[in-house]
Amino acid sequence: MTGVPLSWYLILSAVLFSLGVAGFLIRRNIITVFMSIELMLNAVNLSFVAFSYQLRQVNGHLFTFFVMVVAAAEAAVGLAIILAVFRNRGTLQIDEIDSMKN
Amino acid sequence: MLHLWLIPAFPLAGFLANGLLGRRASKAFVNLVAIGSVVLSFLWVLKTLAALGPMEHAHIERYFTWIQSGDLQVGFDLAVDRLTAVMLLVVTGVGLLIHIYAIGYMAHEGGYYRFFAFLNLFMFFMLILVLAANFLLMFVGWEGVGLCSYLLIGFYFLKKSATTAGNKAFIVNRIGDFGFSLAVFLVFLGFGSLDFGAVFAAASQRPVETSAGALTLIGLLLLVGAAGKSAQIPLYVWLPDAMEGPTPVSALIHAATMVTAGVYMVARCAPIYTHAPLALDVVALVGLATAVFSATIGLAQTDIKKVFAYSTVSQLGYMFLGLGSGAFSAGIFHLVTHAFFKALLFLGAGSVIHALSGEQDLRHMGGLRKHTPITFLTILCAAVAISGVPPFSGFHSKDAILLAAHHRAPWMYWVGVVTAGMTAFYVFRAVFLAFFGTYRGHHHPHESPTVMTLPLVALALLSLGGGYFNVPRWLEPLFPLAEEGHDAVLVYISVAAGLAGIGLAWLFYVVRPGLADRLTDRLGWIYNLVYNKYFVDEVYNAAVVEPCIQGSSSVLWRGVDVGLIDGAVNQVGVKARSVGSILRLLQSGNIRSYAGWVVWGSVLAILAFVLVGGAR
Repeated sequence: MTGVPLSWYLILSAVLFSLGVAGFLIRRNIITVFMSIELMLNAVNLSFVAFSYQLRQVNGHLFTFFVMVVAAAEAAVGLAIILAVFRNRGTLQIDEIDSMKN
Repeated sequence: MLHLWLIPAFPLAGFLANGLLGRRASKAFVNLVAIGSVVLSFLWVLKTLAALGPMEHAHIERYFTWIQSGDLQVGFDLAVDRLTAVMLLVVTGVGLLIHIYAIGYMAHEGGYYRFFAFLNLFMFFMLILVLAANFLLMFVGWEGVGLCSYLLIGFYFLKKSATTAGNKAFIVNRIGDFGFSLAVFLVFLGFGSLDFGAVFAAASQRPVETSAGALTLIGLLLLVGAAGKSAQIPLYVWLPDAMEGPTPVSALIHAATMVTAGVYMVARCAPIYTHAPLALDVVALVGLATAVFSATIGLAQTDIKKVFAYSTVSQLGYMFLGLGSGAFSAGIFHLVTHAFFKALLFLGAGSVIHALSGEQDLRHMGGLRKHTPITFLTILCAAVAISGVPPFSGFHSKDAILLAAHHRAPWMYWVGVVTAGMTAFYVFRAVFLAFFGTYRGHHHPHESPTVMTLPLVALALLSLGGGYFNVPRWLEPLFPLAEEGHDAVLVYISVAAGLAGIGLAWLFYVVRPGLADRLTDRLGWIYNLVYNKYFVDEVYNAAVVEPCIQGSSSVLWRGVDVGLIDGAVNQVGVKARSVGSILRLLQSGNIRSYAGWVVWGSVLAILAFVLVGGAR
C-alpha cells in the first residue's frame, strides 16, 4: 500500500465531522446549520470511500452515492422549508424558532 | 344396523323445523311437526325393540369417533339393552301423550311454536341420555335436558318468579353436574375408558370394597349428580319451584322423565354400586330421608302443583331407596309406574287449572267433580295408584321397594310405610279439596277439550294396569332378583297404611271439613314449620346465596375488581403521567439542545462501545 495511509483519511474525516457537529451546535443561522449537516454527511462519505478503497470493495462507493442522493433531496426540501420559515417569520435565527415548545 | 340414531334424530328434526320456521308457520304445521316427530320416534322404538327381540346382550351401534386425545377415545355410540328399552318406551310413550295434551293446554298461550320446539329438543336430549353407550355422551344428554328444563321453567319469561325458578333449577343442577363430571374423570382415571361396557366389565372384576375406595368415591360423586337431577336431599329445592313452568312441562320433565334420569343413571351404574356397598348405603339413606322429608312438606301445601311436586320428590326418594336396597329393578319399576300416575296427576292438575282459567290454589277449588267428570275420574285413578292400593300399578312397584328395604333393614321398611301413608293422605287431600265439597272459586269451570282428556284416559288405563308390566322380571338378566320370602304380612301392612291415609283424608276433608283447621291450630308451630317447607329455602339463602352475593359484592367487586384490577390499571396510568411530567422537561423546543442530546448520546454510546471492547 503506497501513498496516503488509511488513518490519515480517517483523521481528516473525523476532523471534518467534528467541525460539522461544532458548527451545528454553535451557529445560530439556520443556513449555516444546514451547511454543517452537509459537512458531516461528506465527512462520512470520505470515510466510506477510504474504507472502500482500502478493502477493495465497491460497497462503500454505493453507500456514498446513496448518501449523495439523500443529501441532494434533503437540500431541496430543506431549502424550501427554510424559505417558507423565513417568509413567515422574517428571521433565520434558530433560537427564535421554538414554537414547538408552546 | 338398526339405525338407532333415528330415534333421537326425529325430535331433533322437529326442533329444528319448529324452531326455525315455526314463528311464521300455522299452528297446524307446528302441531304436525311436534307430534309427528315424537310419533315417528315412538314407532321407531317399537320397530327396534321388535327387531331386537329378547335382547340377551346389549345391542351397540358405533357411528364415529367423537373425541380422540391421547388415551382418551370417546365414540358416538348408542346402545340398547333391556334397561334402555324400558326407558325408551317410557320417554317416547308418555312423552307422546303429553305432547298431544299440550296441544290443548297451550292452545291459547303465546310462543306456541317455541314451546313445542323446546319440548322436542328435550325429547332429543333425553333420548341421547338414555341411548348413550358411554359416560360422556350420557353427560351430553344430561346437560341438554337440564338446559331444556331451564328454558321451559322460564317459558313465561316475563314473569319474574318463572325466570328466577329457571335460574335456581339451572344453578342447583350445576352443583350436581359438577359431582357427575368429577365422577366421570375418576372413571377415566381408574378404568382408562368411558365406555359403559368396558368400565362395568372392569368394575365387576374388582373386589367388593368393604371400606371407602375408588369405586365408593365414584359412586358417591355419581350420587351427587343424581341428587341434583333427581331432586334428592340436599339438592331437591329446585323442583318445587320448577312448577312455574307450563303444566305439561311439569308432567313431562319434572315428573315422568328428566327427574328420573338420576335413577336411571344409578341403575345403569349398578356394577359400580354393587361393588361399593358404602355408596349404596348412602343412596338408600338419601332416598329414604328425601321420601319422608318431602312427604311431610306435601301434607301442608295449598298449591295443587306444589303438592304434586313434593310428591314427586318423595316418590323419587322411594326409587332411590329401592336402588340403595340393591333392588335396582324395583327402583326402575317404580320409575315406570310413577311416570304413568304422576304424569297423570300433573296433567289432571293442568286440566283443573285450565278449567279454572289459571287458578292453582286448592282453597279456591272444590266441587269440581260435577264440572270436570273425566278429569276427576282419571285423577282418582292416579291417586289410588300412587297410594299403593292393590291391584293398581303403584302397589306393585312400591311393594317391591318396601320388601327390598325390609330385606336390607327393617326400620327402613317402617319409615317407608309411614311415608306411604302420608303419600296417600296428601294426594287424596288434594283430590278431596279440589273435587269434593262446594265450589269456592269465582271462575266458571268447564271440562277440557278431547285432545286433553284423551291422554288423561290413556294414562289412567296405564296407571291402573301398569303394575302388570313385570319390569323386574324383564330386567332380571341385568339385575338378578334377590331370593327372598314374599312376606304377605308386610304387604298387608303397607296397603293398610295407604288405606289409612286415604281414610284420614276422607275424614278431614269430606266428612268433617272443620277438623283439619282445628288440628292445624292445635299444632301451631309444627304446622307453620311444615307449611313453610322447614324454611330450607331460607336456610340455603342465608347459608349459601347471601354469602355468595355478599362475598361477590364486597370482596370480588369492591376488593378485587375495584381495588386490584381497576387500581392496577389506574396506577399504571398515574405512574406513566408522573414519569412523563419529568421527561417533558427535556422537550425544550430548542433545536440545538436536541442536537446536543444527540451528540452526547452518541459520545456515550461510543464510549460504552470502546469500554466493552469494540466490534469483533
